[in-house]
Amino acid sequence: MKLDSKIPSGAIHEKWSNRKFELKLVNPANKRKYKVLVVGSGLAGASAAASLAELGYQVECFCFQDSPRRAHSIAAQGGINAAKNYRNDGDSVYRLFYDTVKGGDFRAREANVYRLAELSVNIIDQAVAQGVPFAREYGGLLDNRSFGGAQVSRTFYARGQTGQQLLLGAYAALSRQIGQRAVKMFPRTEMLDVVVVDGHAKGIVVRDLQTGEIRTHAADAVVLCTGGYGNVFYLSTNAKNCNVTATWRAHRRGAGFANPCYTQIHPTCIPVSGDHQSKLTLMSESLRNDGRVWVPLKKGDKRKAADIPDNERDYYLERKYPSFGNLAPRDIASRAAMTVCDEGRGIGDTGLGVYLDFRDSIQRLGKDAIAARYGNLFHMYAKITAEDPYSQPMRIFPAVHYTMGGLWVDYDLQSTIPGLFVCGEANFSDHGANRLGASALMQGLADGYFVIPYTIGGYLAGQKPGSVDGKRPEFAQAAANVAEMTKRLLGIKGKRTVDDFHRTLGKIMWSKCGMARSEKGLKEAIAAIQALRGEFWQDVRVLGDGMTINQSLEKAGRVADFLEFGELMCRDALERRESCGGHFRDEWQDDGEARRDDQNFCHAAVWEHKGAPKDAVRHQEQLHFENVHLAVRSYK
Amino acid sequence: MTGNTTMKLILHVWRQQKRSTAADFKQDGRMVRYELDGVSPDMSFLEMLDVLNERLIRKGEEPIVFDHDCREGICGSCSLMIDGEPHGPQSGTTTCQLHMRSFRDGAEIWIEPWRAKAFPVVKDLMVDRSAFDRVVQAGAFISVNTGVSQDANAIPVPKADADRAFDAATCIGCGACVAACKNASAMLFVGAKVSHFLHLPQGRVERETRARNLVAAMDKEGFGNCTNQNECQAACPKEIPVRVIAEMNREFLRAKAVEEPPSKKRVGGDG
Repeated sequence: MKLDSKIPSGAIHEKWSNRKFELKLVNPANKRKYKVLVVGSGLAGASAAASLAELGYQVECFCFQDSPRRAHSIAAQGGINAAKNYRNDGDSVYRLFYDTVKGGDFRAREANVYRLAELSVNIIDQAVAQGVPFAREYGGLLDNRSFGGAQVSRTFYARGQTGQQLLLGAYAALSRQIGQRAVKMFPRTEMLDVVVVDGHAKGIVVRDLQTGEIRTHAADAVVLCTGGYGNVFYLSTNAKNCNVTATWRAHRRGAGFANPCYTQIHPTCIPVSGDHQSKLTLMSESLRNDGRVWVPLKKGDKRKAADIPDNERDYYLERKYPSFGNLAPRDIASRAAMTVCDEGRGIGDTGLGVYLDFRDSIQRLGKDAIAARYGNLFHMYAKITAEDPYSQPMRIFPAVHYTMGGLWVDYDLQSTIPGLFVCGEANFSDHGANRLGASALMQGLADGYFVIPYTIGGYLAGQKPGSVDGKRPEFAQAAANVAEMTKRLLGIKGKRTVDDFHRTLGKIMWSKCGMARSEKGLKEAIAAIQALRGEFWQDVRVLGDGMTINQSLEKAGRVADFLEFGELMCRDALERRESCGGHFRDEWQDDGEARRDDQNFCHAAVWEHKGAPKDAVRHQEQLHFENVHLAVRSYK
Repeated sequence: MTGNTTMKLILHVWRQQKRSTAADFKQDGRMVRYELDGVSPDMSFLEMLDVLNERLIRKGEEPIVFDHDCREGICGSCSLMIDGEPHGPQSGTTTCQLHMRSFRDGAEIWIEPWRAKAFPVVKDLMVDRSAFDRVVQAGAFISVNTGVSQDANAIPVPKADADRAFDAATCIGCGACVAACKNASAMLFVGAKVSHFLHLPQGRVERETRARNLVAAMDKEGFGNCTNQNECQAACPKEIPVRVIAEMNREFLRAKAVEEPPSKKRVGGDG
């Protein structure tokens, strides 16, 4: 597997301009002859599909939801970063770039991150022009807040639903193109394979979830915008249907998978309440701007929060990280919560929780001010827990939230399969080993609105339009494989439900490949996953047929992929013998703080499929830091 | 938290194998009775259905189909008529955020899909809401291409206007308004789209065409008209106010008063 990152020449701030100029252009009159398939309709997918159609390409867009507006980008709460420096507080493109490289624990590609910071300002302009109702000040100009460990106020937000408002902006742009017949939209349609012809991605296999029809679509290029794989843990803040299937099946066709072990555990989620739990709910990190995190000083202190006096409380983030305090980055805040719970100081019935307390802010600013900032989040919390966060502290606990790993892409967002591009959370590119708050929306939209429209042209200019049609045998073969797998899943007729297998996998992943990992635990996990996968193919029970809506069948295919992917994730975690960002190895730490090994691991690990996860081959893309110097990340 | 007490429920659930057609909306659909015990009050309504489905699968019966995804009240996928109320008894709440503690032990609960001609039933409790997407495609957008925008702060928006736009923009497109309405009217949904853009300067440029096109698309999909019952507002999980319907009516009348453009098709080139 050849990994050419195609980082453009020139100084960091000239690279994107240089690359845009180097890329070949497609003649405007020829654009309509090229067809591009966009899989997924979240921020990355909807923005890519709309922007490509505006340029004149024929676009087909696919999503498994009933409407493109429902992709999980919609659930992002907190905000979106942009280096506008509207606050005059010292922000700049370079500072956003610097913060993102450092926040990612020096495991991202500098050139990509700089481009992301550069494009961040265009995203806000674009969204406002579309009518996205960002929060405003009384003078009518846009409001900003400080978010997720940033020391400048660069986060734009729309109450607690920035994701929904940005997605509705991209969905509106996409809908406009659908209405003009420039995009053909396929909702309730799931991608189940990539068709590779003569080494290039030239189509996909899909299943129409309503009729069960398995179809192929041929095109000149394919763009995957299919999100992350957090649901490998079963319980996560991802939507129930989020899955790894599109990226995993592309991986099986030859796309390198980079850094699968980089997962982000978000510090502020509502704790698990019982075995029936189907997913976890995030409470926006913005709450940490005004909430103070604490646990009792004494072990096993079961008094009510209000009865514990201040001198018997441990505000551990403020104590351990005095300069960042409650705003310490996500990986650090999550691990600190785990540590105090491991010490037996966790709160609630399960002991797996910490307090997020607004008492002092309410005293300082008044209840109304807090309600204006977080009213909808407090409301949501009260609905789920039946507790009132105005009068008693919230109970929170870390939960899997985002995955930094994904399909490896070069600077043009092209995977190791020519013609297969990957945008948004589905790729591995910009966040290194840890993503900073309010950066996911930024990346999805930067990729879709402003990167792919340029870089895909560079690829297409070298391709003859419509050179491959769906009659090539590779299409029928790929479709037959998908049909065969569907038949096999329906034919097992075992005893255990799909969810049962998924829950078991999730428990293995969370306990052995979650917040802290060790060689012993990972080896056990790999063996356990292999055994579970064997059982799955013997004993899963999928009822019904493949000819109507069959949600168990859909889930079964996704869980089958998670059962392979989970093993690769553990192998990646095992091979990365260092701690960095969201990847924490017990063996590499200094008193609870991550110890990076830049000598041996300053690279992206890229896995090549060789038939089974145990045989996958690990390659490396060496990372070079020419602008931000490698340093120990300290938030003390 | 409510401790270890569990509840026992009697559920009546709409089961339908075949997709509804204009000629036969009901198809083979019928209410089926299930008894379910061991329900924790901390479960969400959908988690309660998950438990029922797991038991059905173990018994060899096909699980109940229902739309769901984010399970945190924002994606708008979930869509159940619970005891005759869209999203159930709690106001301002989607089904996924409704918890079983809102019901009493031993309760009998009726669960049906959205009922509206424009939303055919796909299977069991799942309906086809693509009519909403087609309405949006007719004009619920600002015609701006990627990359041509000016600096975001070049368009100041008075905070009160921005807040009014936002109140409308919170719509999650779940369809509860249609399900709640005896006329199956989509006017709260469409009004929300009109209102969102109406209160923003950048949205006002296309106000006449937008009002005309959205109303025409809504009528074409077979949604009914508004007779001011305000059931939609009561059912809306995002509590969108009925003022958006008044705003839409005003915009529609205003558009009628403004002369229609001579032709939308441009004749000839620019030279």
